[in-house]
Amino acid sequence: MTTSIPKVIPKPSPQTSELARPYWEAAAQGKLVLQSCSACGKTRHYPRLLCDACYSDEVTWLPSEACGTIHSWTVARHAFHPAFAAELPYTLVTVDLDEGVRALGRWRSNPANPAMSIGLPVQGRFEAREGGVDLVFWPKL
Amino acid sequence: MTLRDKACVTGIGETAYMRGSTKTAFELQIESSLKAIADAGLTPKDIDGIIPIGIVSGTADDFIDNFGLPDLRFSAVVPHGGASPAMALQCAAAAVASGVCNHVLITFGRNVSAASNKAGARIHSMPQFHFVTEFEYAMGAIAPAQLYAPMARRHMELYGTTVEQFGEVAVACREHALLNDNAVMKKPITLEDHRNSRMITDPFRLLDCSLESDGGAAVVVSATGRAGDLRHRKVYIAGVAAGHPDSPGSITQRPDMTSLGIAKAAPRAFQMAGVTPADIQVAEIYDCFTYAVIRQLEDMGFCAKGEGGPFVQGGRLKLGGALPTNTHGGLLSQAHVWGLNHIVELVRQLRGDAGRAQVKDAELGLVTGYGDMGDGALAIMRRG
Repeated sequence: MTTSIPKVIPKPSPQTSELARPYWEAAAQGKLVLQSCSACGKTRHYPRLLCDACYSDEVTWLPSEACGTIHSWTVARHAFHPAFAAELPYTLVTVDLDEGVRALGRWRSNPANPAMSIGLPVQGRFEAREGGVDLVFWPKL
Repeated sequence: MTLRDKACVTGIGETAYMRGSTKTAFELQIESSLKAIADAGLTPKDIDGIIPIGIVSGTADDFIDNFGLPDLRFSAVVPHGGASPAMALQCAAAAVASGVCNHVLITFGRNVSAASNKAGARIHSMPQFHFVTEFEYAMGAIAPAQLYAPMARRHMELYGTTVEQFGEVAVACREHALLNDNAVMKKPITLEDHRNSRMITDPFRLLDCSLESDGGAAVVVSATGRAGDLRHRKVYIAGVAAGHPDSPGSITQRPDMTSLGIAKAAPRAFQMAGVTPADIQVAEIYDCFTYAVIRQLEDMGFCAKGEGGPFVQGGRLKLGGALPTNTHGGLLSQAHVWGLNHIVELVRQLRGDAGRAQVKDAELGLVTGYGDMGDGALAIMRRG
């Protein structure tokens, strides 16, 4: 008689692009960086080739404190990828960063958290996990 | 020059819709295409323009090969997901109005029953989802439901839109599906059934989400001057327009997350047709999620932004209501073939061929498309 061993399905790893290499290098260090146009100073996110204000492709990567406020959220209760089944339910938050762009991240649940609401102040950082790195947010105290 | 009334939808075709089809996407696409061409009173060799929808089935060259098309003069690819069929109407109308070609086949087939073809896997092979794939997917934002849910949540928070209002959309579509022999869903549902259905990703419950279906659908768009001697009464494309939201590749980064591309398109289409939303007698609105119907109604000017929830209450989308909507059952309860079924249904309504779901004396109707993360298109059609 054989015992079947549950197959552990790994989570997907971020499919990184060359354009966003500095973003992922910083993420591996736990830090969030954002593209800033070297010509006109406009911050843009997600990373892309051109500044849509002045069309320059010259970029400076600026560190972000990953602070902002809740813009919206969803609580996932169905695993569209089997690797996430064990984590259900989990909350994905959309955050208005202080820099004027947004980030999507995972919400660190805690019974002491205030009720989720638009405008709730949050802070975040990248946290390593098996095979990748997640941007995680929690209430700013 | 305007495209108003320069083109007609002359042929419609659909396969049976189901889950677990043993036919390939291309087989389903061919079957519906042949039906649409025959419905128009044409033969395959009359087709001189083609817009294959989507990335999962045949190319223009496949149709030349299989139909033996002697002189295909026009082809296009419209890469905007569920907005593609309505956008293809614009493309086809422009092509026939300018004399580039006479009869454009818009055709789609899909078989999603293979495990490798589920929504969560499928979208990440599409280039238009590359921001999601790089920056969101690996954190568990996998499927469209999870990408659209924050839009719906924000709408609820800002405007007080309710679960019951989402449910109104689901119930109306289901009631209409029960009148349609070619609808996948066969059982009635109530607002309570909607509320009690399994939560998928808050605020979307199972009955807020569209079906995953196998099937094919096709339409033929003809130059108005070439449509008069065909089989059915003319159904004119009176107004048609497309629009894209800001930050089309990322909902997360969209300045107004609750804004859609159809907000830009709708005034153009209504102006072209010379009508207003109050004139519309029947609407086939892309319903990937219940919320998407409410939001498009607002962006098209049927009501003010934030008023979409109250607009749909009290059965107003049902047959006999103020705006009968998705009279075939929609993506929510008929089948999900990227909304080509919505175009087919609107043509049926305007021909007077919609059977038990017929809106009495329907002369003017509207169909929308909604693709990827908010690309939009609409066509206003009228009976000739």
